[in-house]
Amino acid sequence: MALELSGVEKTVAGRPHIHRTDLRLEKGTMNVLLGATLSGKTTLMRLMAGLEAPSVGRILWDGRDVTGMRVQDRNVAMVYQQFINYPSMSVYDNIASPLMLTRRPRAEIDRAVRATAEMLQLTPLLQRRPLELSGGQQQRCALARALVKGAGLVLLDEPLANLDYKLREELRQEIPKIFEASGAIFVYATTEPEEALLLGGRTATLWQGRVTQFGPTPDVYRRPKDAITARVFSDPPMNFLEVVKTGGRLRFADPTHGGGAGGGGGADQLVFAAMAGLADGPYTLGFRANHLRLSDPGPGALRFATRVAVTEITGSETFVHLDHGPSRWVALVHGVRDLAPGAAQPAFVDPAQVYAFGPDGALAATAAYATAA
Amino acid sequence: MNKNVNQKAWFLVLPVLLLVAFSAVVPLMTVVNYSVQDTFGNNAFFWNGIAWFSDTLHSPRVWGSLGRQTIFTAIILAIQVPLGIFVALNMPKRGAWATICLVLMALPLLIPWNVVGTIWQIFGRVDIGLLGYTLFHLGIDYNYTQGFYSAWATVVVMDVWHWTSLVALLCYAGLQSIPQAYYQAARIDQASRWKVFRYIELPKMRGVLTIAILLRFMDSFKIYTEPFVLTGGGPGNSTTFLSIDLVKMALGQFDLGPAAAFSLMYFLIILLVSWVFYTVMMQIDKDDAQEGK
Amino acid sequence: MAKITLDALAHSYLPHPKADRDYALKQLNHVWADGEAYALLGASGCGKTTLLNIISGLLTPSRGRILFNDRDVTQTSTAERNIAQVFQFPVVYDTMTVRANLAFPLKNRGAPAAYVAQRVQQIARMIGLEDMLERKARGLTADAKQKISLGRGMVREDVNAILFDEPLTVIDPQMKWELRTQLRALHREFGHTMIYVTHDQTEALTFADKVVVMHDGRVVQIGTPQELFETPEHTFVGYFIGSPGMNLLPATVAGDEARVGDSRVALGARYGALSGKVEIGVRPEFLRLNGVGAGLPVQVIRIEDVGRHKIVRARLDGHEINIVAPEGDQIAPGAAHVEADPRRVNVYVDDWRVQGEAA
Repeated sequence: MALELSGVEKTVAGRPHIHRTDLRLEKGTMNVLLGATLSGKTTLMRLMAGLEAPSVGRILWDGRDVTGMRVQDRNVAMVYQQFINYPSMSVYDNIASPLMLTRRPRAEIDRAVRATAEMLQLTPLLQRRPLELSGGQQQRCALARALVKGAGLVLLDEPLANLDYKLREELRQEIPKIFEASGAIFVYATTEPEEALLLGGRTATLWQGRVTQFGPTPDVYRRPKDAITARVFSDPPMNFLEVVKTGGRLRFADPTHGGGAGGGGGADQLVFAAMAGLADGPYTLGFRANHLRLSDPGPGALRFATRVAVTEITGSETFVHLDHGPSRWVALVHGVRDLAPGAAQPAFVDPAQVYAFGPDGALAATAAYATAA
Repeated sequence: MNKNVNQKAWFLVLPVLLLVAFSAVVPLMTVVNYSVQDTFGNNAFFWNGIAWFSDTLHSPRVWGSLGRQTIFTAIILAIQVPLGIFVALNMPKRGAWATICLVLMALPLLIPWNVVGTIWQIFGRVDIGLLGYTLFHLGIDYNYTQGFYSAWATVVVMDVWHWTSLVALLCYAGLQSIPQAYYQAARIDQASRWKVFRYIELPKMRGVLTIAILLRFMDSFKIYTEPFVLTGGGPGNSTTFLSIDLVKMALGQFDLGPAAAFSLMYFLIILLVSWVFYTVMMQIDKDDAQEGK
Repeated sequence: MAKITLDALAHSYLPHPKADRDYALKQLNHVWADGEAYALLGASGCGKTTLLNIISGLLTPSRGRILFNDRDVTQTSTAERNIAQVFQFPVVYDTMTVRANLAFPLKNRGAPAAYVAQRVQQIARMIGLEDMLERKARGLTADAKQKISLGRGMVREDVNAILFDEPLTVIDPQMKWELRTQLRALHREFGHTMIYVTHDQTEALTFADKVVVMHDGRVVQIGTPQELFETPEHTFVGYFIGSPGMNLLPATVAGDEARVGDSRVALGARYGALSGKVEIGVRPEFLRLNGVGAGLPVQVIRIEDVGRHKIVRARLDGHEINIVAPEGDQIAPGAAHVEADPRRVNVYVDDWRVQGEAA
């Protein structure tokens, strides 16, 4: 069983909302749609659900064309960011509501409701009304309603966005377990890279109505196909540096400091191994915040002269915001560092953790550590 | 938002189409039919072209009632809109008093038009009415059946009493939708009461105010029953508004042709003014939004 | 700018509170220093919004006093307290331009036009809205509107305090970074006393000099992010700060050693006889898996790759524990051993941390 989007496009009033998209979601997989607000996640979900028809292209369910089929006939379930339950019904009746329409025998419905409630830890709350529950419990109730009818496709549109941090953490851990038990195709939209990583499965990154990459989540994270995917899948944002490769040297603009920062802090560096085979020309180097260091990790490291802008301490780690010429970088370092703003600070990157993107944004050389992992 | 194309859905609209055809289109066509024909009785009609329209356009009587109508509508809008806003601003926002106020406000709206007319007719009578009696004994020359000003004042006050609630209730609904944070922010910014109204309340009420003004314009422009019951259009012609005049013409004198032409033009005036008003308001809205982009 | 004193402050929404649990905010005695950035952190319903409303003057406390510098403002209105506030959802004057929005609080107080113009320009530059000044606020994106709200909060230099009520709720993660760093920079530049309410630990820890952790109407700890992380005073702080939270294991403690089930854990300090519910708490970040068989025996159940590190879910003597492992580590489910850094093991009795004597 699989859901397939084949050459799907969506245009509303002359504006493309979804560019040509081909996706194949397999049975029993968790699929994350990762992208900023308005990147097209919700539209894509609505197309999958059949709430909207594509302008071009077909939607296939098990190879059968369901493009024009009504939502009611499609066996899909959807959970929204808002906690949507029937306020006047008990939790039990809420969960049972999708089954009531199917005219199944009472006993069977009862069994399904109780099993689903058990899975979502709602059993003690079955007789309560949704508004008497906490936000987390309300969303569990909505999840139970989506799961109870055994839909083949379950769509979750930022279901945890309105929850408190700790509740979110708790449910985020549970959702993959629930999903393993149900065997349906799950599609989960989120704006947070960390959420995508925690959920695992496969991730499609979205940018301005385009799916930029689709594959196993850690793969997309470590081997982004282009600079946009890398940007979408990094929080804090990925650090970028424009360089020009000429022969064995990498030249880059370094307006902040001329001298003083020592030999390695100049405006050019030796080309590192991964880039050695590339043609001369302009490239964009990208590296994540946790790979940008404040102390020299050893020989071969790239070294940059930067200035401290702001530091943010999170307890175990510190985000150090650094200015390198016109670009603002973030370094995520272990321990507590309180650095004075404006102070000069050398920063280091292990070349094995650097991605090189060509002028068109496509990946030219992948970070060596990613291929090893 | 685009939905799936489902041609069967058109059938669901069919009953409404039929209903509208019978309730609006057919009677309208009858009126159009009368407006271009004349008769000498015996149900024999002949083609009369646009003569009735031209007559109506040159009739001082019609111009007179149109003038009175316009003045009346202008007066009641000028009173009801500010008054309605004022009442809405001063109504309690929540609690038991809010409910009581809402019920009291809604009461006049529930009373049938002819009853409203009757109530004020009795209320204003100099011999037995509370209002008329009191005014008379205060030495004020008040008699709505004979005095021009008395009659106008009574009709206007009656309409204000009957309909200000509608404006107030709509504005109240608009005000209720403003989050508390806005008022709190304004207090922190030390905005004056006037600025709170000008920059928070009025912008948020604009949508409902547009609707309220539109409804009040249409309704007051069509007013018939209340003044008819109260003054019968008098004294003289002084409170003869367009509808009253139209009914006199059509049923009193049985001049079906001129009355039909008159009523078509009457209908077009309301349609045109409402449309222009609505379009202008929407355009302002759109310009504002676009400027922000 | 002001020092804020909470003097025996308590609040109940009931007219005649009797028991402790009737209070939404239990008695508080704190002095918050002038020019510091504080974050009130806790789950919904913990009393943080009640406290914020008392500071802003929206609520009058049932008991106690609140002082700005040394002036009692308990009964003073919001407008007189001379504070600024930024709300959860953008509050902007739709029909005004961005410039008029920013100038509004200054104009209402009769500031000279030249000063207003210069100050608005300065703020607009800091929040990155310089090229939008002449646009109407209406129709701007939520991000931009919230920036206007932030700017309006910052525009007055003489405010006693700036209050933030979960101001980044409507902002995209990528934009949160930008706005948060801007707030930090603004705080450094102007030195306002700032109070920031949030349920998001990352926001609280990165924003504040001091984080006030609230739980069930009570302040359970006030401390720097580092203190909250390394020495949580209450198990709630351990659980709430950090993702995943601190591991808590029932233990018996004798001297500088704790026993968890059949295993021993070295402690960084000596403890006397403890009575009550005794637990040890270790952060996942301070646990290390090792291959040599030293330390506590655990069963690794699942490994979650969150990019910059791995979260290892394991069982220890029937308890679930979490371990944070470096990005590059190769870990497989099954039996393993885990070691804790003794200096990072805290001891709790009835949920409160006990201080040991240096070993």
